[in-house]
Amino acid sequence: MSKMTVNFERCKGCALCTTACPKKIVEIQKEKRNSKGYYTAVCVDESKCIGCGMCYTMCPDCAIIVER
Amino acid sequence: MAERNLMKGNEALAEAAMRAGCKCFFGYPITPQTEISAYLAKYMAKNGGLFLQAESELAAINMVLGAASTGTRCMTSSSSPGISLKSEGISYIAASDLPCVIINVQRGGPGLGGIQPSQADYWQATKGLGHGDFHVLVFAPASVQEMVDMVVKAFDKADEYRMPAMILADGLLGQMMEPITFPEIKPLEVDKSWATNGHKNKREHNIINSLFLTPEVLENSVNNRYKRYEKIESEETDAEVYLCDDAEIVVCAFGATARVAKSAVNTAREQGIKVGLFRPKTLWPFPKQELLDATRCAKNILSVEMNMGQMIDDIKLATECKIPVSFFGRTGGVIPKPSEVLNEIVKIGGAE
Amino acid sequence: MADVYKRPHAYCDVPTHYCPGCTHGIVHRILSEVIDEMGIEGDTIGICPVGCSVMAYDYFNCDMIEAPHGRAPAVATGVKRAKPDSYVFTYQGDGDLAAIGTCETVHAATRGENIVVIFINNTTYGMTGGQMAPTTIPGQITQTTPYGRDPLVQGYPVRVCEMLSTLSGTALAQRVAVDSVPHINEAKKAIRKAFENQKEKRGFSIVEVLSTCPTNWGLTPVKALERLRNEMIPYYPLGVYKDVNVREEGNNNA
Repeated sequence: MSKMTVNFERCKGCALCTTACPKKIVEIQKEKRNSKGYYTAVCVDESKCIGCGMCYTMCPDCAIIVER
Repeated sequence: MAERNLMKGNEALAEAAMRAGCKCFFGYPITPQTEISAYLAKYMAKNGGLFLQAESELAAINMVLGAASTGTRCMTSSSSPGISLKSEGISYIAASDLPCVIINVQRGGPGLGGIQPSQADYWQATKGLGHGDFHVLVFAPASVQEMVDMVVKAFDKADEYRMPAMILADGLLGQMMEPITFPEIKPLEVDKSWATNGHKNKREHNIINSLFLTPEVLENSVNNRYKRYEKIESEETDAEVYLCDDAEIVVCAFGATARVAKSAVNTAREQGIKVGLFRPKTLWPFPKQELLDATRCAKNILSVEMNMGQMIDDIKLATECKIPVSFFGRTGGVIPKPSEVLNEIVKIGGAE
Repeated sequence: MADVYKRPHAYCDVPTHYCPGCTHGIVHRILSEVIDEMGIEGDTIGICPVGCSVMAYDYFNCDMIEAPHGRAPAVATGVKRAKPDSYVFTYQGDGDLAAIGTCETVHAATRGENIVVIFINNTTYGMTGGQMAPTTIPGQITQTTPYGRDPLVQGYPVRVCEMLSTLSGTALAQRVAVDSVPHINEAKKAIRKAFENQKEKRGFSIVEVLSTCPTNWGLTPVKALERLRNEMIPYYPLGVYKDVNVREEGNNNA
């Protein structure tokens, strides 16, 4: 059981994490902007997360924490 | 026991810097300050310090910035064109509130100029040593002994006020030999908890910085610095006042030129002319009150300089333009003769 | 569950001013991870000169100095010579390191200063709005090469690692990229090696990191990574150009 969490306020919506995820379960949500005006990354299917940390590695804003 | 030595100005200054606790020296060769580097290259390492010849004046002053950031006493030395190159770094050092000592053994300018003694960097040192609102402390020695005493003081004052201090010497003082006594030196102990020397996991990280993108924050940092400058202007001025009590003519001169002026004053006194000498030992802060006091009886002031009259404005400001100021100077590396200065004194005295 | 991947201590928990997708953040993080892993934060002094990363003094938890444009290697020399037991790194952009600061860079390298230089090559001046850098690739359009960099007019780019690898004082000259997870892991290893060199007093270590500037390139962050891969890596081959540890010089492409 693994989990990735995005820091909503720190995410700048650059989408680099979405390209890094081997399970293709990270996407940029288009529903809610943070206070800086960015749509942010979210994990759309937690059950598929393998905790590999690739999204964390690719994130330029240290906005992702991965737990395993 | 005080030791008596016969030393060249540049070498005496270098020795005094080491004794004052200077641990790092970064320099770049230029005439006529070379003996400072050569001396320190020889003795710094033996005294547990560092001498490093940089690839340029720019690099040298920025090495000073780095060493000063760690709270280490450090120094660089150069001559006029080299100081121009260092001015970027000096502005950053002043803006970062870092203490250091900078030596300028002046030569003739502008441009590459010449290699003979000059005082043509007075404006640069006192008014424009880089971009932005800032000052550096400027000491003007007039003897080899003062090269020693002032560099010791410069290190203490730089530390005390967290700012650069400059010794504005000239090729004459740098090259001449005089007997000197090294004083007992106890370097001033100051708090340097601001230094970036590794926080050892015992404190927050320190930042040495001159960038403030918010105008009000930058203004505030400059204002704080100017509060210190105010204190310096009221407490740190220094001048030699010689035979001025009854002087109707006060000759103003600093550095090596003051030695020439003094002998002219002595001869003029022998001729019955009421003349005295005022010699600023600090150029910034300029000893305004001291000059006002020294010119109480004065009807004329004669500024004698090895430049085209760069100190005149400061003299006029200090005396509120109430006393006429005339000028005699030689420039380009020409040293004024006592007889020339005497002629000027006599000319003014005779016009009374 | 325990945190497995999270912000290293050496990287301050504050928002950065970098544009979305700017790879400075990735390099900041892997550099911080190395500092954490070696346990040297308390002995490290970082120097960031003028450029987009000038405000990095707010981002690293170690002591930090902001330096004039191009002068970081000289400032680092002053720090390291005054405090030889500390770890000193500079973090410089391409304009800073390879244009205005070329002299300081070359001489710090040839003196074998025991410092780590992190060199961010994104082929443009980011902070001032995307002008031609010494590393701008021929044909590349920038604000000051609106018709593309023409070598006959603006000359050729500087290949920094190749140049510095010729100097005896250089211990490590390695070019890495941050366009993919494997490359980022490689970059982190190179930075670690650079700091180990400093620990062992082996000399000057430079890690050149091919990076992006999505804003000034006019590309999305994802497209910017593609440009890095497709245009920059062929022009600036990745690899170890010098490593005193393996006593092997020349271009060993990774």
